[in-house]
Amino acid sequence: MLGAELQAIYVMWLREMKRFSRSKSRIVAIIVQPLFFLFILGTGLSGAVLPGMTGEYIDFLAPGIVAMAILFSSMFTGISVLWDKQFGFLQEVLVAPISRLSIIIGRTLGGATTALIQGFIILIIAIFIGVKISSIAGLILTIIFMVLLAFTAVGFGLILASKMRDFQGFQIIINLIILPLFFLSSAIFPIQTNEKIPDFIINASFANPLFYMVDGLRGSLTGINAKFDPLINLVIVFVICAFMMSLGTYFFSKSEA
Amino acid sequence: MDIIKTEKLTKKFNNFTAVDNVSFTVKQGEIFGFLGPNGAGKTTTIKMLTTLLNPTDGFAEVAGFNIITQRDEVRKKIGIVFQEPALDNQLTGKENLDFHARMYGLDKKNRKNRINEVLKLVDLEEKKDVFVINYSGGMKRRLEIARGLMHHPTVLFLDEPTLGLDAQTRRAIWEYIKKMNKEEGTTIFLTTHYMDEADYLCKRIGIIDQGKILTSDTTSNLKNSVGNDVITLSCDDLELLIIRIQKEPWIKNLKIHDSFLTIGAEKGEEKIPVIIEIARSTGLKIKSISLRKPTLDDVFLSFTGKNIRIEEPEQMFKKMVRRRFRGR
Repeated sequence: MLGAELQAIYVMWLREMKRFSRSKSRIVAIIVQPLFFLFILGTGLSGAVLPGMTGEYIDFLAPGIVAMAILFSSMFTGISVLWDKQFGFLQEVLVAPISRLSIIIGRTLGGATTALIQGFIILIIAIFIGVKISSIAGLILTIIFMVLLAFTAVGFGLILASKMRDFQGFQIIINLIILPLFFLSSAIFPIQTNEKIPDFIINASFANPLFYMVDGLRGSLTGINAKFDPLINLVIVFVICAFMMSLGTYFFSKSEA
Repeated sequence: MDIIKTEKLTKKFNNFTAVDNVSFTVKQGEIFGFLGPNGAGKTTTIKMLTTLLNPTDGFAEVAGFNIITQRDEVRKKIGIVFQEPALDNQLTGKENLDFHARMYGLDKKNRKNRINEVLKLVDLEEKKDVFVINYSGGMKRRLEIARGLMHHPTVLFLDEPTLGLDAQTRRAIWEYIKKMNKEEGTTIFLTTHYMDEADYLCKRIGIIDQGKILTSDTTSNLKNSVGNDVITLSCDDLELLIIRIQKEPWIKNLKIHDSFLTIGAEKGEEKIPVIIEIARSTGLKIKSISLRKPTLDDVFLSFTGKNIRIEEPEQMFKKMVRRRFRGR
């Protein structure tokens, strides 16, 4: 019984891997875009002094871009359930003698793996171009944050995919929800430590789940410019991740093919 | 032994009753067809029997398991080919089969053997490493049928197996369906709105219209119930002619559709002169008259009072819209 479920999880994961490795354009687009951000923003603003930031801008920016790569990639795989729905493949999956939970676990692992591959590529390039690493322990903590971020974003994607009927709404969600959250996460410029930003924006940013992930990544990777201690962030991020995954699982198991 | 048994199966969507108190049985090893126009409730019935939808009322057993309380057992026993293709286009044919085999818990040795077996059954061995996106409509259908058979299901559900395929491909698909029924002993439950398909493939059929099952019997019994012969005629005043001939004792069946009158009778060739004589004595002029063996069309007509072909133009339109939508 358990063996069958594990095999199903494995094959769901394997399918994601195959699809990922075969869509060359997706790999290029999703790796090149963060690199553009990293290089263009990083070199364009190098030497700039941002209010509330200490050290080099590239050190500030790199964790934010790693978060961005993982966020968009995992959300995309969560959303890709919608493709399966439209192309009928979801029915084939749902009619198999496999629990919904295994289907979701397999899919989430697949999505998280592809997102992490992209995250790691950005991370390695960032280290290569000279982003300072705080410590080995910090690097391990960074990886933990990356994993949690990937699972959270897949969960969010699953919620969207269960609630949406087609891709019309996807662009709106990206523009109206994801981009504001991303900009208010202090991924590309500091928010909480900048005194010139109005109080209400600072307060609002504390309600932004992405902020804790970016802040945690930054605190553990470079050890500077973080608002909170990485371990506090870790607890918060873990709770958000668990919440998002359960919600995603709940919505997906409720949805009909 | 009954492989499928339903009792007063009902599905309501808000105020609309898609399937209304449907009861029927399917016996082991037979090909059973659900015949009805689009929107009759065929797909909804299949979705309930395959545990994708919960019935609002009533109950059903598939392969001896309850579709509501023993979902997982039912799922292990069934294979299904959906109306819309349900393949992963970015995988090859073989990979699609492998995915399915693993989802159904086949071990490595079984997987390999079975994949080759089913590919051979539908003649797709040479195309197994081609991406499904490059398959033709007929090849996709064949691959899906092969996939449905992978895990040796007790019963295979086919929802409109030849919808949208050309005449030649349809024939080929029919042959595959017959072959697997014979060679694998798989019980087959299929839905269709094609009379010829139901007639050619099915031993028994159920006629379904507007969510209700109207009759369920062997195709030959159903055809005999209409009469051994069917006379179709048109004349200038059908109503008057009916009044005159409906008292004739040899008439088994009498139906008007469009501007034609169909009469079911024994020894039709001897009855044509009788009809012409009656018409002449009434002063009616018969425009045309023909005699033929009954088809399922006549059966459908006699049970529903309408011809299934009327649905066709709408069907074409629906398909066009769907293609456009999917093409985006």
